[in-house]
Amino acid sequence: MAPTETPTRAHPQRDSPTPRPRLAGVWAVLRNGWRGLTSMRTALVLLFLLAVAALPGALLPQRSLNQRLVEEYFADYPWLAPTLDRLGFFDVFAAPWFAAIYLLLMISLVGCVLPRTLEHAAALRAEPVATPRNLSRMPHHASGTLDVGLDEAVERVRSRLRGWRSVERPDGAGRTISAEKGYLREAGNLLFHLSLVGLLIGVAAGKLFGYEGQVIVMSGGGQFCNTGILGYDTFRAGLRVDGTDLTPFCIRLDDFRAEYRPNGQAESFRGQLAYQSAEEVASGSDEWRTHRLEVNHPLRVDGNRVYLLGHGYAPRFTVTWPNGEQRTGAIQWRPVDQATLLSEGATKFEPPGITDSEQRRTSQLAITGLFAPTSSGGDVVTSVFPALLAPEVAVDVLRGDLGLDDGRGQSIFQVDQRMVESGALVRVARANLVPGESLTLDDGTEIRFDGVQDWAYLQISHDPGQEAVLVFAVLLLGGLALSLTIRRRRFWARLTPTDDGARTVVELGGLARTDRAGYGEEFARLRADLLDPPEES
Amino acid sequence: MLTELATFSDRLFVAAAGIYALAMIFHAVEFAAARAKSPALVGAGAPAEESTRTRPERFGRMAVAVTVLGAALHLVSLATRGLAAERWPMGNMYEFISAICLAAVVTWLVVLRRSPSARPAGPFVLFPVLVLMALAGSVLYVPTGPVVPPLRSYWMSIHVSTISVSSGLLVVAGVASLLFLLRRSGSLAGVAEKLPAADALDRLAYRITIIAFPLFTFAIITGAIWAEAAWGRFWGWDPKETVAFVSWVIYAAYLHARATAGWRTGRAAWVNVAGFATIVFNLFFINMVVAGLHSYAGVG
Repeated sequence: MAPTETPTRAHPQRDSPTPRPRLAGVWAVLRNGWRGLTSMRTALVLLFLLAVAALPGALLPQRSLNQRLVEEYFADYPWLAPTLDRLGFFDVFAAPWFAAIYLLLMISLVGCVLPRTLEHAAALRAEPVATPRNLSRMPHHASGTLDVGLDEAVERVRSRLRGWRSVERPDGAGRTISAEKGYLREAGNLLFHLSLVGLLIGVAAGKLFGYEGQVIVMSGGGQFCNTGILGYDTFRAGLRVDGTDLTPFCIRLDDFRAEYRPNGQAESFRGQLAYQSAEEVASGSDEWRTHRLEVNHPLRVDGNRVYLLGHGYAPRFTVTWPNGEQRTGAIQWRPVDQATLLSEGATKFEPPGITDSEQRRTSQLAITGLFAPTSSGGDVVTSVFPALLAPEVAVDVLRGDLGLDDGRGQSIFQVDQRMVESGALVRVARANLVPGESLTLDDGTEIRFDGVQDWAYLQISHDPGQEAVLVFAVLLLGGLALSLTIRRRRFWARLTPTDDGARTVVELGGLARTDRAGYGEEFARLRADLLDPPEES
Repeated sequence: MLTELATFSDRLFVAAAGIYALAMIFHAVEFAAARAKSPALVGAGAPAEESTRTRPERFGRMAVAVTVLGAALHLVSLATRGLAAERWPMGNMYEFISAICLAAVVTWLVVLRRSPSARPAGPFVLFPVLVLMALAGSVLYVPTGPVVPPLRSYWMSIHVSTISVSSGLLVVAGVASLLFLLRRSGSLAGVAEKLPAADALDRLAYRITIIAFPLFTFAIITGAIWAEAAWGRFWGWDPKETVAFVSWVIYAAYLHARATAGWRTGRAAWVNVAGFATIVFNLFFINMVVAGLHSYAGVG
């Protein structure tokens, strides 16, 4: 399936002598099937199929990119979405039919390129083909007479053809020289196709042995150690990753700073990161190296990369119960508007020191609502700017049973609505608070809004195949450049001495084996150099 | 000072577009006048023949000269835009399309320099350029401004520039293939007959594509390197990446078609047109309709 301009080389398999089929039927089917699969036409069809099959991946929402959009699609097209889903259209690049196309394409490619590699290796050892009897039939042709003897004329042609692969053969009283150039074209072509296979293997290695996890880390000393899947908020494991073999490096977010332009557009995000490699962690060292984590500037440690994906705020509340017990909590609230970072969340508290589970369940607290980093002011709190200029929360305080004990996981951003509906969780206060302000519940419990902490949304990625992918991509590009810029061409000279031996008749012929366009000029230069020597002009 | 520079850049953009429009008219005059040539050749004597031949040709030459001027202004427009914004001037759809158009026009001028006989294709090359510039200058226009943090990387200058140049090349190649198909089909005979020879158009499309394809490949690779640093993975099937992949596969198919018996000319040209279609589709639909990581249009 490798491109070339010469029809006979497009199907090298077809040129091979047909073995006499003994187990006639089976062999013929296999052979024809293989030839069909590795033919250029099949490769073309597979390429089109690949292009068409990839398109739904851009046009339909994809689970791997945005689960929410997929759900919206289900809501909008309830009659169509389930069918599309069954056919894998929301996971196109993991769908078996997509894999089938590219695997067939790869088989077709290997089946075409391997024989061609052998053929090229043979061509590299072979001598340039003999000079055709009639050079005037060649697409490029010229002739002339040189005022020198045969040997000198041959020497002249030989020195001009330096850099060409050439061979001299006796030809009657005279000699012929066959030369060929541009072998790198086919080499580049083969390199391109084999690199493509290598690239795919690199990608596959990444999919098998790589992983990717996201985690929220609080600014001001929040730590994360890559010891297991449970440490992550979300985790996508490669097929061969079970989470027992992660590299246990540690990071600590000492500081986070976001800057914005007056119109609210982000200017920069910067996280001051401290980290220890797995080795340093194991050695018990308390030295931490630092890294300025920015967009476009990930931390690379132990073959893992740490990225800054986003950030948000965690309002900090202190609850003081009537008995004097105090608890402080700050958990991330989730931005609902990326432009203004208006956030929603639920900070949950359990009354301390209560062992009676019944009593515990009726006195749990949740502070839920909205947080605005720059509040609009007024009764209805909304955010007008993403930076912390005038923070304010608008909260409902709920008391009762948060439903934490029934064993189901629940969102850290919300309270369990069924608890509210069943009356087990009751709203006991509502207020807008700025930092330092507090409210008091009917039982005397005081809730103070202390302030705000930044958090950063980090991604840790591990892809053992990506260096190989890069190397193969560069090789692929080099092969492509060679195969598209170099022309394979042949050149022949037949030198015949005149009867007196004082002069030599020179006949030249040229044939481009790949791309006819462009050989004309080079041939004209060769002709001029050989037939119009400078001393005569 | 910077706002004045930005205004200057905007005016140059409009001036360049106006000049391209003028060049297109000149090309069109030459193209239309070429029809009058045949009766004159038959009927009139040598002097009349000469005069009818030179006047359209003069328009054609003027069209080329004016295009050169337009391209120069266009280049200055892009450069001053970058100076005014104090960054590489390819950070939103307006600038990106401007760069693609400049690349297409420069490609066209290089083609003309190497084979002046391609000139009758002039109006058809400048037409899509003008449409793109009209869209860029109106609905897609945004004032100069800084870009969001992910775009602040030296990879932007490499990735977006090479994507722009290869897209510009592929626009010209796509037009050449379309004209080839028109010329070969024989429909619209009045237009088709005056186009450059079919095999010249076909060769033009092929030659441009074999330059554009490795460049496009390079651009995709640099995009992947950048994405690895900015988005946490080198390839993630973001809609723009997906359609770039589709384009790449289609252009790969074009090169294979050129080497397959029975596909070499007509069908190969259709494949090239399909590739062109995906490039345009990627430019507009993916940036403006589908939400993805590449949504830097600065509109909507």
